Amino acid sequence: MVDPRIVIVGAGPAGTRAAETVVRHGLRPVVLDEAPQSGGQIYRRQPPGFSRDAKVLYGFEAGRAGRLHAAFDALAGKVEHHPGTLVWTVRDGAVHTAPADGGAVGRFPYDALVLATGACDRVIPFPGWTTAGVYTLGAAQVALKYQACAIGGRVVFLGTGPLLYLVAYQYAKAGAEVAAVLDTTGFAAKAMALPKLLAVLPALAKGLYYLGWLRSRGIAIHEGVVPVRVDGADAVEGVVFRSASGEERRIACDAVGFGYGLQSETQLADLAGCRFAYEPQSRQWLPEADADGRSDVAGVYLAGDGRRVRGADFAEMAGELAALAALGDRGIAVDQARMAALRRGLDRGLRWGQALQAVFPVPHHFLADLPSETVLCRCEGVTVGDARRAADDLDAREINRAKALSRIGMGRCQGRYCGLSAATILADTAGEKPETAMRIRGQAPVKPVPLRTEEAAS
Amino acid sequence: MSERGQFRRVAETGRRPVRLRVDGEAVEALDGDTVLVALLTAGRRLRDNEFERRPRAGFCLMGACQDCWIWRPDGGRVRACSTPVADGMDLLTRSPLEQWSIRAS
Ligand SMILES: Cc1cc2nc3c(=O)[nH]c(=O)nc-3n(C[C@H](O)[C@H](O)[C@H](O)COP(=O)(O)OP(=O)(O)OC[C@H]3O[C@@H](n4cnc5c(N)ncnc54)[C@H](O)[C@@H]3O)c2cc1C
Ligand code: FES
Repeated sequence: MVDPRIVIVGAGPAGTRAAETVVRHGLRPVVLDEAPQSGGQIYRRQPPGFSRDAKVLYGFEAGRAGRLHAAFDALAGKVEHHPGTLVWTVRDGAVHTAPADGGAVGRFPYDALVLATGACDRVIPFPGWTTAGVYTLGAAQVALKYQACAIGGRVVFLGTGPLLYLVAYQYAKAGAEVAAVLDTTGFAAKAMALPKLLAVLPALAKGLYYLGWLRSRGIAIHEGVVPVRVDGADAVEGVVFRSASGEERRIACDAVGFGYGLQSETQLADLAGCRFAYEPQSRQWLPEADADGRSDVAGVYLAGDGRRVRGADFAEMAGELAALAALGDRGIAVDQARMAALRRGLDRGLRWGQALQAVFPVPHHFLADLPSETVLCRCEGVTVGDARRAADDLDAREINRAKALSRIGMGRCQGRYCGLSAATILADTAGEKPETAMRIRGQAPVKPVPLRTEEAAS
Repeated sequence: MSERGQFRRVAETGRRPVRLRVDGEAVEALDGDTVLVALLTAGRRLRDNEFERRPRAGFCLMGACQDCWIWRPDGGRVRACSTPVADGMDLLTRSPLEQWSIRAS
């Protein structure tokens, strides 16, 4: 029998464990990742020549990061690893690639494809969010971890989710000035009220630790805020917010990091033809898969945050389980007891993911109160008012129709940063449930590829 | 680029200097910097948004938003947050094609 060809997209926690599992069963998988080094988002490695140690980079997670990196490095020579390689579409049983630096395109046919594409920040627009100097929380962390830079000289962090206090803590610890943390949730109050959850959610315990640390350094923390606007014409000069008691306040700063948790990166699953289902807490349509990660498309498996945001530990389990499923489905003997244990672990992960979302809810309701001139699509300058008009005057309640009529989600980012907000705005305006607006369909290329390669590919 | 930059270095400052040109002006960066960090430690703008006509300075830093593409003089494009700097790199924060059309009109 010819060995099955297994292709893994993503070399983060999920992709690394998938690759390791395939190698352990005597096969040589192809591992493709856009990033120059393995590690994914949370365990992103700094460039060669940087010298901070793992404890500085990864804090409490230093041990896990080290283990994951060692696991990937041990696969050298046993996997066909192509770093710096974007997968821009999945078509006819093959993934199509383009090198990040614009070289020749590639094509990797597969018998089994494991998509471990991770997540990106969930954002909700607010007036001034497109001002130069406003970044996602994830970006603020990438600047520090990957480039040893702070996004500004005096930074305000805004939003909700585990990253909010973590990134503020990492900044203050690195010696950057944190002007304030503006929490839209009231995290401390909530977490204190949930001692039971605390026991099962180490993320909350860590969050409270960071919060206490920041407080003890005198860093201003405001809970239950609503963002009002970012001031500054050509660059950030300050942030205005409404406090829990309803008064408007302004904090001078030169940078803002904001975000409301993470959203799955699902475009490749879409292009592969996977069926999607609506997930009400996040209001995201997610690719469907069974407990092991099998999608409804034969040979396509989904793992990690790209399937459902559950965090790094569960991403590792999901990567291993999806690989075992892919191997087992191809007649290779796999450890059934191990699969059962991983399934139980992931089931816990599902509950943990839901609990996290309950503690750090995405403030969807902010969208209803946005002034209509607020930019919704940062690529093409489409406003909240344009979206409301599409739903109202043009009767475009479905997002792909609204896209055709108003250019929402048509820009270079493919609707990653406006699509979920646009769907809620369309549904709110039409007085319908949010899922009625559906989701922006994925399109190739999932990210722009340098023109040279695009031409060569067509 | 005399103003203070958007980004502040907080560590790893002992790396080898790398020299590039941005819009014809000399910019000094450090080996291992991305193009985005090179530009934003020197200034506060990376490019302009075509629709809002306001400066942009990147957004996601992880290759998702595509808000950081700038140009090479031959019209080729560079995603600043994921492209490392190299000695002698020549970069433009406005499209060279756009500049031609402005000059021609
Ligand atoms: C910016 C950011 C910062 C985070 N920081 C933390 C943190 O500090 N602590 C924490 O607990 N969690 C953090 N998280 C969440 C954590 O990263 C995830 O839970 C975890 O990394 C999930 O692992 P994964 O393998 O599913 O995906 P990831 O680790 O995201 O890996 C996905 C990989 O797939 C690659 N990829 C995606 N699409 C393509 C494509 N089309 N072509 C080629 N390659 C592709 C990416 O380059 C990436 O390397 C962060 C998330 C983000 C987005
Ligand atoms: S800053 Fe988002 S792609 Fe570069």
